[in-house]
Amino acid sequence: MAKIKNNQSKEKGLENYTKEQLTIFYRQMFQIRRFEESAEEQYMRGNIRGFLHVYTGQEAVAVGAISALRKSDYLVTHYRDHGHALAKGLASKSAMAELFGKATGCSKGMGGSMHLFDKSINLMGGYAIVGGQLPIATGLGISSKELGKGQVVMVFMGDGALNEGELHESLNMAAIWNLPVIFYLENNLYGMGNHTTDVFAVKELKKVSEPFGIPNLEVDGMDVIAVNQATQAVVEKVRKGSGPFFIEAKTYRFRGHSVADPSNYRGKSEEETWKKRDPITSLETSMIQSGLVEKDEISNIRSSVEEEIADAVKFALESPDPEDATLYHNVYDS
Amino acid sequence: MPTITIREALTKGLKEALDKDPSVFIMGEDIGPYGGAYAVTKGFLEEYGAERIKDTPIAESVMVGAGTGAAMGGMKPVVELMTINFGLLAMDQIVNHAAKIRYMSGGQFSVPLIIRAVTGGGGGLAATHSQCLEGWFASVPGLKVATPATPYDALGLLRSSFEDNNPILFAEHALIYGVKGEVPEDYYTVPFGKAETVIEGSSVSLIAYSRMVHVATEAAAELAKDGISCEVIDIKTLRPFDIESVANSVRKTNRAVVVEEAWKTGGFGAEIASQIQEVAFEDLDGPILRICGEEVPQPYNKKLEAMSIPDAAKVVSSVKSHFSL
Repeated sequence: MAKIKNNQSKEKGLENYTKEQLTIFYRQMFQIRRFEESAEEQYMRGNIRGFLHVYTGQEAVAVGAISALRKSDYLVTHYRDHGHALAKGLASKSAMAELFGKATGCSKGMGGSMHLFDKSINLMGGYAIVGGQLPIATGLGISSKELGKGQVVMVFMGDGALNEGELHESLNMAAIWNLPVIFYLENNLYGMGNHTTDVFAVKELKKVSEPFGIPNLEVDGMDVIAVNQATQAVVEKVRKGSGPFFIEAKTYRFRGHSVADPSNYRGKSEEETWKKRDPITSLETSMIQSGLVEKDEISNIRSSVEEEIADAVKFALESPDPEDATLYHNVYDS
Repeated sequence: MPTITIREALTKGLKEALDKDPSVFIMGEDIGPYGGAYAVTKGFLEEYGAERIKDTPIAESVMVGAGTGAAMGGMKPVVELMTINFGLLAMDQIVNHAAKIRYMSGGQFSVPLIIRAVTGGGGGLAATHSQCLEGWFASVPGLKVATPATPYDALGLLRSSFEDNNPILFAEHALIYGVKGEVPEDYYTVPFGKAETVIEGSSVSLIAYSRMVHVATEAAAELAKDGISCEVIDIKTLRPFDIESVANSVRKTNRAVVVEEAWKTGGFGAEIASQIQEVAFEDLDGPILRICGEEVPQPYNKKLEAMSIPDAAKVVSSVKSHFSL
């Protein structure tokens, strides 16, 4: 497929992508958005229980970053994991059924929203203790290196994880052993309700990697193209054996920390400013302005996503609960 | 049959695994040139190289967590925690993650990880280095806990651990590394969840694990001199715990005594006592006796330290007075 060439697209870096690639990005981001909106609705209806942390607003990070991975690469994430899981290729049905706690969920209804696993795509799990995923990702870096399969490990963390000792332990181990791990920070400015400026002694969060000699870069997390371009280059380096890398994506969650959070700690004007940078709208505008797609094509993508998410909800609703006996299954591998 | 120490049995078991399975590697603090704080891995670095004998930074959380990750990625890691007390720095990784991943992933991922940890007091190391915390780990579904008392069991349980696909806390008591015992040349394993009658007896069941098996054995010999016949049961693993063998002994002797080095409150001995009364209440002639570590942080002073840990004399006097024997 021909790559687009005109001035408008050049500014956005669109010229490096085919129409097909860009529409995939668009579709994936919109899929995550609608998945999350739908999950919130189902939560309100009582079909989803416990905590629900949606990814709305941050879609460009998951899609841009994870698109740079191979299926065999390892993805490790945290409790706000739906977006990452979908971007890695988890079926929306399987994800939604897990949120519903159903037997057909990706973790068979045993993990829920915060613990999405899918071995078939090396989605190594969402981990809900802040920072807990980082040592595990480091260990996957060991196995990848020792077994020589050339897999890269990408591990996501929120800004809240940066003050956990586990991050510093992991960065150090990854550095001294030159492990193929990409530490991906999604700085959405708030750890629950704490603003980063109140809880970090340094202003530039990416600098956390510097004492360990781990190179870092910052990327605009509201721009899927910027995220993808930067990440692709990093993945290539890390796969060649350059050792760990640290990426900070500046982003914003459009919703509260969880569905229980009305975000009273941040100003409406701040929210509005960020919402003007909605990554989905931005890509749509760029694609239309560059003449790459017609509005109809966008509508078609959106309808197909709406249909997919409606199907996912229907599937989750109609799926059975796990059998009683499964209460005792898989405590151990026997 | 050759006679070797527990230290030598563990060394043998680790070497066997390294020789047999290329996915096995060991990581821990000072296990390389130093040879391990308790010398179990002495000479390993020279023999197997730095890729398989990984000296780690002093960072317990990432040691265990990286073990978990490497296990999920297809390897068979052994993580050596210099002491179980340092394991508290890795509690998140052991309890929140390693123990849960199989269940939470709906059975998709297993964590075949062995965490070796030195446990126990009595070494003059005071309160922070003398705890018996294995019982804490035993309360967590998803973990297995081994507590060998002899070279035979140390090797047999370690071999079983390598054949197991689950996270295992392998607790080695600091004061019994030098205990000697016979170990066959031929390959054997010791199963998890199977207690052993170390000494047969008819009047009192002394139930113990790890170093306290030796204390109970010594006490049984003393009590025998006074005509009190004790059966000594070594439970060997805390999780799974073989209540059936323990109950069978109690059904025979009608008197149950749990000898444990850990604190009484919430100690694993409480679990043993509770399970005994659940299944063999009618067989008991009197209340179950628990002889445990004193409820104090372990003191440094030698005399006071000795007072804080059960010894044979304490077991003898407690058994006699409790049962009016």
